[in-house]
Amino acid sequence: MPAILTTPARLTHLQRLEAESIHIMREVAAQFQKPVMLYSVGKDSSVLLHLAMKAFYPSKPPFPLLHVDTTWKFREMIAFRDRMARDLGLDLMVHINQEGVRQGIGPVSHGSAVHTDVMKTQGLRQALDAHGFDAAFGGARRDEEKSRAKERIFSFRTATHRWEPKSQRPELWSLYNGRIHKGESIRVFPLSNWTELDIWQYIHQENIPVVPLYFAKPRPVVERDGTLIMVDDDRLPLRPGEVPEMAWVRFRTLGCYPLTGAVRSTAATLPEIIREMLLSTSSERQGRVIDQDAAASMEAKKQEGYF
Amino acid sequence: MLKDLDPIAAPADAAPPDVANEVQAYLARQNGKDLLRFITCGSVDDGKSTLIGRLLYDCKCLFEDQLASLEADSGRFGTTGAGQLDLALLVDGLAAEREQGITIDVAYRFFTTDRRKFIVADTPGHEQYTRNMVTGASTADAAVLLVDARKGVLTQTRRHSTIVSLLGVRHVVLAVNKMDAVGWDRETFERIAADYRVFAQRIGITEVTCIPVSALTGDNVTTPSDAMGWYGGPTLLGHLESVDASAEEKLGSFRMAVQWVNRPNQDFRGFCGTVVGGPVRTGDDVAILPGGRTSRVARIVTMDGDLETALPGQAVTLVLADEVDASRGDMIVAAAGRPEVADQFAAHVVWMDEQPLLPGRSYLLRAGTATVGAQVTELKHAINVNTQEHAAAKHLDLNDVGFCNLALDRPIPFDAYADSRETGSFILIDRLTNATAGCGMIRFPLRRASNIHRHASKLDKAARAGSLQKPCVLWFTGLSGSGKSSVADRLEQELHRLGRRTMVLDGDNVRHGLNRDLGFTDEDRVENIRRVAEVSKLMVEAGLIVLVSFISPFREERRMARSLVEEGEFLEIFMDTPLEVCEARDPKGLYKKARAGQLPHFTGIDSAYEPPEAPEITLKGAEQTADEMVAQVIGELRRREVI
Repeated sequence: MPAILTTPARLTHLQRLEAESIHIMREVAAQFQKPVMLYSVGKDSSVLLHLAMKAFYPSKPPFPLLHVDTTWKFREMIAFRDRMARDLGLDLMVHINQEGVRQGIGPVSHGSAVHTDVMKTQGLRQALDAHGFDAAFGGARRDEEKSRAKERIFSFRTATHRWEPKSQRPELWSLYNGRIHKGESIRVFPLSNWTELDIWQYIHQENIPVVPLYFAKPRPVVERDGTLIMVDDDRLPLRPGEVPEMAWVRFRTLGCYPLTGAVRSTAATLPEIIREMLLSTSSERQGRVIDQDAAASMEAKKQEGYF
Repeated sequence: MLKDLDPIAAPADAAPPDVANEVQAYLARQNGKDLLRFITCGSVDDGKSTLIGRLLYDCKCLFEDQLASLEADSGRFGTTGAGQLDLALLVDGLAAEREQGITIDVAYRFFTTDRRKFIVADTPGHEQYTRNMVTGASTADAAVLLVDARKGVLTQTRRHSTIVSLLGVRHVVLAVNKMDAVGWDRETFERIAADYRVFAQRIGITEVTCIPVSALTGDNVTTPSDAMGWYGGPTLLGHLESVDASAEEKLGSFRMAVQWVNRPNQDFRGFCGTVVGGPVRTGDDVAILPGGRTSRVARIVTMDGDLETALPGQAVTLVLADEVDASRGDMIVAAAGRPEVADQFAAHVVWMDEQPLLPGRSYLLRAGTATVGAQVTELKHAINVNTQEHAAAKHLDLNDVGFCNLALDRPIPFDAYADSRETGSFILIDRLTNATAGCGMIRFPLRRASNIHRHASKLDKAARAGSLQKPCVLWFTGLSGSGKSSVADRLEQELHRLGRRTMVLDGDNVRHGLNRDLGFTDEDRVENIRRVAEVSKLMVEAGLIVLVSFISPFREERRMARSLVEEGEFLEIFMDTPLEVCEARDPKGLYKKARAGQLPHFTGIDSAYEPPEAPEITLKGAEQTADEMVAQVIGELRRREVI
């Protein structure tokens, strides 16, 4: 018989957020035939996964994990991904856009826009279509970006995966309408109401494993167009005059390594990371090269089917 | 440990050793804060987005890169003039919004002060986006309504107030903005505030706070205004920090809609859901509704360990003491404090779909985790959201509000919305498009359903039909003049010749008797078909083959007619005759009249015909002879062993 916990007089802020996310996940499990959880290996995915374990305990989450691998993820991310799936005993599916691989698409040769579109957006659409998933969880938060701030928790996608920002379904109370026709799908964002601070605070409180790249240590980097790029393997061609230097850095956000800038930092523990974040004067997505391509670029990418 | 592997030393400004404790203390403070969700309403001209931008800016919730991109955007789209930050652009996130300078959909923003955490839903002010404002208001504890000090309380302020009141938002703040533009004039503010208080009281908003502000300069937004020394009340932020957000549970009695049944193995069966209404403890007596079976809470399971008590808002898994059956759609409630259980109730409905709400049409209703068929049986009145006047209405259009009676396919448990938002609310879903077409707030149950008891007959339809035939409905649909009635007529003669028992229901005949009170508007057409469908159902019970010959232009009503009888008893026969052919035939001269504008709402001319998607039989009226069509239907009836 497990221990009996005492209940506080009032729920904390994090308990409320946790309960809301669990409620959303259970709705998806009950309303859809074939849900899947997009697992991007980052800190938000770690929280999402932890919440899924809680939502269905003592059962396992009744859906698989899907990682759309662009082949340019940090090596530590891939190792962490495989370890998490193994430790938790979950079904992990990895999809790589083979067409993109055949064409040799990469962030260095083709630029961030083409790479992201082919390897991430198209790859995601291929994987969802191939398996016939009718609902897909993502870890996006409304505090990340302007068009995300507008998106519903159950976000409807047409049969061609398009988001129609101007005609979203009204979403009232905690009544989520997951009814769709064949071929259509719903993207679900259980972390919509969490902030970056909430995420770190929850990771700290719940002792949730995250990729070591979030913690500072000396890493080989080059400074390129004002961004610190980590030299993760020999696929990153160095420009004339570029010499990798060892620097104390860490990552606030994780994507493909040539597209994700590191920050100089010595924060090697969770409290230090949280302290650094509180003192920071820039937002987390600043390190993402892909968001700065064009004004309202996230909205355009999302309409095409990006998460 | 990391440092041991490190060829270079950490920089000198490394974190001090007490950082863990420092952060721990900070996090404890953060976690102790409560959360207030509020909406802001008003049009962009009132400075609503600017106000939110101001709150974020003054609360230091903007990062440098966000400010940099704001500066760039201010130059491109800004309306505040060269060199000025247009704070509104922080909030309007969609490309179309930035271009048009209006808010289309709700944006959620987050900020924190030393006392509280906030989620702001910035909602659109334009009437055409009312449904999006309703989305934001449904989860808000407080509403900030903006008015322009130069204009005072306008129609749209009244509209927003009506919605806020309907959605049960308890605290209303009237922020009289642009005080800088009226010379910080006290009298102007007091006149607007007095105006509004009178109005608010009339529509049932009891708690109103009026604050004079300038979002542009920041006066009274987060810091008290020097220019308005005559004002002694709190700043907007100060007020929002002190509003009571905890009085959320009026109900006091435990309820939990079952979301998902957790069965990892034979030995464990738990019911997952979120607690509302009141706490639940192990050992509590509970009832499972609508069935009414009772049991006791044996365990409250979470991954962190079992709980003794679960509070409203917590997501838990309950294990009951008895082997009682419960599934998604059921509600587990305190046995001593039960909700209503009924299949009819009165409710306010806000309509959110382009297709109007038609009484008699069947929708899906979601309340808690239950999904049932539902129709509006009576539209008592529509509420003009601008003037609050009640008016008779036959239907509700997009953004209309009405007070209605609804009837469901089966009883569900619920509370009055005034007592519980969670268990007193519902949404209506269009069966064809799956759109969230409307939302409702339940007022009270209707008891009349419980006094009608179905008379159970000893004979059933198979007995009445004998071995002669399988009773069924042959539903002819198609344009006027497509040949429905003449084919139905010929078919009936043929069936009669074969010794079968039949009855024809024809549009014109029925309209002269049973339906003579109905016209040709969309709502009357729906009612027309509903009555005919019910009559044909009775005739199927009588053992007959019923030939129904009606234009029946809407898929939804044909689907409803199909749902009344059993599977296989409804054959949809589509008279697929092109409009030009029907119009050329014009046996009753109706097309001519319609073209001349003398027959409004004529199907095919100025009223839509929705062709069947999967009819059992399609007849090509322009290509086949009547005999061929009759032979085709007879063949199909034999194949289906109807005859």
